[in-house]
Amino acid sequence: MTSKRPTACSPDQSAERRSRQRWMSALAKAEFGDLDALWNNLPSKPAWTVIRAPEIGMVMARGRAGGTGARFNIGEVTVTRCAVQLDYGAVGFGYVMGRNRRHAELAAVVDAIMQTPSRRDALERALIAPLCLRQDAARHERGKKAASTKVDFFTLVRES
Amino acid sequence: MYVAVKGGEKAIANSQKLLAEERRGNHKVPELSLDQIREQMSLAVDRVMTEGSLYDPELAALAIKQARGDLQEAIFLLRAYRTTLPRFGDGEPIDTAEMAVRRRISATYKDLPGGQVLGPSFDYTHRLLDFALAAGDNRPAAEIAEAPVEGGMPRVTEILNYEGLIETEQPGNDSEPVFDLTRNSPRYPAERAARLQNLARGDEGFILALGYSTQRGYGNNHPFAGEIRMGEVAVEFSPEELGFPIEIGEITVTECQMINQFKGSASQPPQFTQGYGLTFGHCERKAMSMALVDRALRAREFDEPIDAPAQDEEFVLAHSDNVEASGFVQHLKLPHYVDFQAELVTVRALRKAFEESVSDNVSDAAE
Repeated sequence: MTSKRPTACSPDQSAERRSRQRWMSALAKAEFGDLDALWNNLPSKPAWTVIRAPEIGMVMARGRAGGTGARFNIGEVTVTRCAVQLDYGAVGFGYVMGRNRRHAELAAVVDAIMQTPSRRDALERALIAPLCLRQDAARHERGKKAASTKVDFFTLVRES
Repeated sequence: MYVAVKGGEKAIANSQKLLAEERRGNHKVPELSLDQIREQMSLAVDRVMTEGSLYDPELAALAIKQARGDLQEAIFLLRAYRTTLPRFGDGEPIDTAEMAVRRRISATYKDLPGGQVLGPSFDYTHRLLDFALAAGDNRPAAEIAEAPVEGGMPRVTEILNYEGLIETEQPGNDSEPVFDLTRNSPRYPAERAARLQNLARGDEGFILALGYSTQRGYGNNHPFAGEIRMGEVAVEFSPEELGFPIEIGEITVTECQMINQFKGSASQPPQFTQGYGLTFGHCERKAMSMALVDRALRAREFDEPIDAPAQDEEFVLAHSDNVEASGFVQHLKLPHYVDFQAELVTVRALRKAFEESVSDNVSDAAE
């Protein structure tokens, strides 16, 4: 849905933005246990400095009247954010629903590394792709359970 | 004469100790974990998040545990907690059309694209107590279909809209600020955004009763459950430092669109109108009630007579919040010793005057 929004940047920038949105989404939606385990398995990790220590706050979730109408506030969600800088300069941000500080920090570190072209592909394979795969599988599983409850209507034809 | 009174500190401290002991119950019974509450009391968690106005299943589970299962008390605890947190900003509106649907039913169309997906629901149970649950160690397993439900299911209102038979909800100006009742005092007449936020966090019992009253003829609005859907949607937020929206997680929501007849007016042809309900988690009864009351509160917009409680927005909006309501009702427990002394003096004086006038009348009659 974000791709539908008009963007003021060049095609290259918007492609870069879309890939960043994709990995930031995968990091935010990850189960912390999955992210932590994949991170711990990485062979090499850069050093980083925390620019903004993990902070717990809220974002107001909004809906639209009738699903498509004017916006209204539903209620807040808890969010933890963090900003880090790698020793070679790249800055990363983590915005993750919930109150897990370590999750937000790891998300920020991975965001920073992913912006480093020389490291991106390896990290994509080792961390982002497996996270996406797990999220897709979980979604698929939920969808299949829901599908088992889909009604098959049948009509009885009365023979006269 | 006013006499300041102090005391009760020890009694209060001991009352809190007693409360803690009672909360824990018999030590021979294992203590409840937050995971157990979150996983096995999930609809209580959903209600506390919806009315507590904060989506965080772990905190809601903690609130339920601390409140000994008193959900209104748990809602109060969550509301109090949310005031301690900074707000990073406002999210993008969630897109319920893109919901990963786990339940989706329509009472207006039998065959609709995507089909009727019953999902997990009490609706088709017999409401007989299940003693197998009392025995424990239940490990039920759901059926798994070959293929998942379709993504991006069209809404029933879109089908009606195709024929122009239902009002279209226009997004309006998205650059304007959205009314937020946690930051602004209510004002009347209230705009739709204020009403929907109020109803979303309002007490389920109150909203249910008002919705019910509209069905029984107090502001009758002939509703049909056009569509009810429940599932997961992404929450998007644009951090200032990025300048573009990112997904920060997923929430479960329940949405209800009630379809109501509308006779039309001088400027509008007859068509269907809608009432809208949206809650965190799986709060279906609440979402349906909210949709009924939302439509009832649109009476002014449609030039309908306003003669029932559910259509009176000041009555509805000012009494829907159970934290406020509970606070004002329960404040009556606080010491009112001085107020009451004053009333005693007044009543004694009035009685004295009354008795004197009675005895005067008696003596007048005797003369």
